[in-house]
Amino acid sequence: MSEAASNDVLIRFRDVHKSFGDQEILCGLDLEVRRGKTLGIMGGSGTGKSVTLRHVIGLLQPDSGLVEVDGHDMSTITAKDLAALRRRMGYVFQEGALINWLTVAENLALPLRENTKFSEERIKELVQEKLELVYIPDAGEKLPSEISGGMKKRVGLARALITDPEIILYDEPNAGLDPEISASVNHLIRELSDKLEVTAIVVEHRIGCLKIVADEVAFLHEGQVLVLEPTESFFKPTHPRLARFLGDGQD
Amino acid sequence: MALVSAAFLQLVQEFGNRLELLGQVLARLHHLPRRKRWILDQFYVGGVQTFHVVLLVGLFMGMIVALQTGVELARLGQQDQIGMIVALSMAREMGPFTTGIVLSATVGSALAAELGTMSVSDELSALEVLSVDIVSFLVLPRVFALAIICPALTIICDAIGIWGGGFVAESQLHVSWSLYADGALDALRKPGQLIPLPIEIYSGLMKAFVFGLLISVISCASGLKARGGALGVGQATRQAVRDSIIAIIVSNYFMTWFIQQMEMR
Repeated sequence: MSEAASNDVLIRFRDVHKSFGDQEILCGLDLEVRRGKTLGIMGGSGTGKSVTLRHVIGLLQPDSGLVEVDGHDMSTITAKDLAALRRRMGYVFQEGALINWLTVAENLALPLRENTKFSEERIKELVQEKLELVYIPDAGEKLPSEISGGMKKRVGLARALITDPEIILYDEPNAGLDPEISASVNHLIRELSDKLEVTAIVVEHRIGCLKIVADEVAFLHEGQVLVLEPTESFFKPTHPRLARFLGDGQD
Repeated sequence: MALVSAAFLQLVQEFGNRLELLGQVLARLHHLPRRKRWILDQFYVGGVQTFHVVLLVGLFMGMIVALQTGVELARLGQQDQIGMIVALSMAREMGPFTTGIVLSATVGSALAAELGTMSVSDELSALEVLSVDIVSFLVLPRVFALAIICPALTIICDAIGIWGGGFVAESQLHVSWSLYADGALDALRKPGQLIPLPIEIYSGLMKAFVFGLLISVISCASGLKARGGALGVGQATRQAVRDSIIAIIVSNYFMTWFIQQMEMR
């Protein structure tokens, strides 16, 4: 790889191993995500897709190997640098992970109130802007328990976007969404990548989603990247294991 | 032997984790003004919602003490001492102890379950990812509120317990209300050496303050490290209540010993 291309890599995994008890989830994972690009990750259950995402944002540490984000080794990063790095990142959790005793608007405002000196007026503006972005402009005063699973997902997405992050990690952004909302979320993810040059990793099972949002797709198998190809060629598989995985599911 | 040493190691680890959490809370005391809303919420949950339980348990605790000791005192013709005995028992031991147990069972278990559920549903991870200080945002308001609530409810428990004792003394042991009240008030007037306040009152409130700290720190620590879905939340809750009760009893002995030593100087 040329030096320019190497400098362009924002997220890098080198021979990463991670086990939980006796179960080895990542077995020498090598992966790179270039600045401004969206990487899709596919794979069967338990192949380490979400575990990979959690390493990027420092929720998990590798047992061995290197996880590097914007030049920071995530195993040795200081708490202060990690907090600063996280402020440049957004994470969309599978189930939304909203704080259930805060309203939707308070959930979105939380990182701004905790980490910035923005006025309340500015925070309200930003919250409303993001709620409109995910098509739920009137949900601000509702509690998470009062909204549907799909809406929770969109609130989670809005919360991840509230600080205008440079890197966004999506853990199954389409799960629990109906096709119409799903399509709008996929186009939103694509738009963020195209217009704002956000770097993203999208863990997703839905082929339709990855075809829209991803520039490249990696297929994880037994804790390693088995196939990594540009989206178009990824869905015309030549590798027999990937072909079997995709099976008839190509929508 | 290996099993015993593993259990001992786990005990030391648990103790260390909780001590570390307490240290983190103390280091963030200057965040308190920012957490007013959550502290008030915790006052409501921990104080207002458990008020009636403390009232009921405290009342019957005072009545039991009066009945148990009164019958024996009556045999010796000393039933006029019952006011003093009930007041001392409630203020020194029964008030803070009863309040501590009630709070561990109600508020402590709820704290552990709430934070445990947040842990297993990724809410704590979400806060971490958002660079929100979990100790300052979640633990500090709960610890501060319970450290205040426990002594406040202890005063209520003492008062209702002494009143309940008086009711039993008058109705079942035929001790006049004025004799009972005089005995109780006299017993509670003695000033302490350590602090220029009635010793029986402040020693009980000091214990209650420590119980409040212990319950909240133990419960929050148990909740924060809950893993593995509903089962993990259940384990965290059980551990929080069990360890809080043990901590209350063990610390009560040492505080009683310490106060006695200081007052005997």
